[in-house]
Amino acid sequence: MDGFLTLLYKEVLRFWKVSFQTVAAPVLTSLLYLLIFSHVLEQHVKVYENVSYTAFLVPGLVMMSVLQNAFANSSSSLIQSKVTGNIIFVLLPPISYRQFFAAYVLAAIVRGFVVGLGVLVVTLWFVGLSWQAPLWILVFATLGGAIMGALGVIAGIWAEKFDQLAAFQNFIIVPLTFLSGVFYSIHSLPPFWQQVSHFNPIFYMIDGFRYGFFGVSDVSPLMSLGVVAACFVVLTTFTLWLLRIGYKLRA
Amino acid sequence: MNPAIRIEGVTKRFGSIQALAGVDLEIPQGEFFGLLGPNGAGKTTLISVLAGLVRPDAGRLAVMGHDVVSDYRAARRQLGVVPQELVFDPFFTVRESLEIQSGYFGIRDNAAWIDEILENLDLTEKAGTNMRQLSGGMKRRVLVAQALVHRPPVIVLDEPTAGVDVELRQGLWNFVRRLNRDGHTIVLTTHYLEEAESLCGRIAMLKQGRIVALDTTANLLRRFSGHTLRLRLAPGAALPEALLPRLSADSGGEHVLALERCEDLEPVLASLREAGCRIDDIEIGKPDLEEVFVRVMHRD
Ligand SMILES: Nc1ncnc2c1ncn2[C@@H]1O[C@H](COP(=O)(O)OP(=O)(O)O)[C@@H](O)[C@H]1O
Ligand SMILES: [Mg+2]
Repeated sequence: MDGFLTLLYKEVLRFWKVSFQTVAAPVLTSLLYLLIFSHVLEQHVKVYENVSYTAFLVPGLVMMSVLQNAFANSSSSLIQSKVTGNIIFVLLPPISYRQFFAAYVLAAIVRGFVVGLGVLVVTLWFVGLSWQAPLWILVFATLGGAIMGALGVIAGIWAEKFDQLAAFQNFIIVPLTFLSGVFYSIHSLPPFWQQVSHFNPIFYMIDGFRYGFFGVSDVSPLMSLGVVAACFVVLTTFTLWLLRIGYKLRA
Repeated sequence: MNPAIRIEGVTKRFGSIQALAGVDLEIPQGEFFGLLGPNGAGKTTLISVLAGLVRPDAGRLAVMGHDVVSDYRAARRQLGVVPQELVFDPFFTVRESLEIQSGYFGIRDNAAWIDEILENLDLTEKAGTNMRQLSGGMKRRVLVAQALVHRPPVIVLDEPTAGVDVELRQGLWNFVRRLNRDGHTIVLTTHYLEEAESLCGRIAMLKQGRIVALDTTANLLRRFSGHTLRLRLAPGAALPEALLPRLSADSGGEHVLALERCEDLEPVLASLREAGCRIDDIEIGKPDLEEVFVRVMHRD
């Protein structure tokens, strides 16, 4: 087997072996969000015509699961390997930095998709969804997962201790995902916060993803695609550079 | 024929610490080579630079003729490293760890060779056990196995017997000896100097990032350590003045005298007889690496 495929396989096997924590737990969390928010807000919030609040919420929760779990996968795998020292098992073989990057990011996408699908399947019990543009759904989920997987690689390489990684997650990833329009449309925000939201790349991932279901969105899906694709290119370039110079991996 | 390892002018600094201060070393194929030195001498750093885990500030390294930077893929295929730290991946069993490690080197169906390694390292019964459940000694053996999955011609072991019990050590050395007989080049660092003495054909001693001695084990023993003569004289007898230059240790009434060659014994005994010293006990010690090590390290 090729070194890249093995690393990908190992990264997928790693989370699959503990899927109770890595898949079941986040699916349950999303389900709780759905039950609580839809119960409280269903009668009060109307975002788009012909779309119930609960239906509006589901794609946001699915995408949030994809993004958070993609990040969690690459970042936690790398920090664990660094702290325990077994990172050398992947540094000793003839695996190039590009293969290294691709394996960690693809495994992150796989984890994001598995959890996202889990959330989708479970929530379909509660609400019917339309599927206006399935290709957009797939494109945004993939690009979003890749971006967060790459961010996870950066965070996992940068952090030297678990609490540094937790800080990265709690102070950057969680606020960005929560303030991205998962639970609301940004048009319901005061103008100032609408402006701020436009600087949050995750807003575009969620908005584009949601467009795939309902065919309506806060900004045009093409614009979202442009922003998300640009983020992907910039982050990939940066991460590849870090790996090429061996930042914090090869002293 | 390319040397197994070629190291030229390698330096490495960590902040204010000069871990490697210009190392040149060539190890021919098939050798059983010892890399010795006190803690912090730079042994692990040198191995890490060779394995591509650490980047040198200057200098060049090659494994079987492949530069470890510009031709790193080929170089890493030729090299198996048993790291000093007892690391393992808690997610996997012994066999999974070995299969995954094989895959990293692009080897698909490696079951036969993995079985053979497991057998030789006495791990067959543990193949399905999770890494977490193994004792320290067994984890160490799995590390050795992981270094061998791709049948590297050059094998580097960084203190593989630290914390491993005697029986296990013997088994490990028998296996490594056999690999060496089969043509693998072995590089070994260890704190057990008797081990190095009995295993290694050639030895380099490292001190503060520099090689301070490099020779065959036999030559080192000859140059830096002769035979020793342990004497216990009858109570009241003092060692004759003429023998004082030979005195290398003096404790609890026992005098240890250095003999460069076996022929030196004759005049020593003669001067004892002349001085009328009665000998209570006498013992001749063979040269050992421990003494070479101490002398080399304290030489300026
Ligand atoms: N990653 C590192 N960062 C900082 N200092 C290091 C690092 N690795 C090794 N050193 C220092 O370099 C010197 C040589 O260490 P090492 O190669 O581990 O010695 P040895 O293996 O001979 O005991 C020591 O002073 C050690 O503290
Ligand atoms: Mg060391």
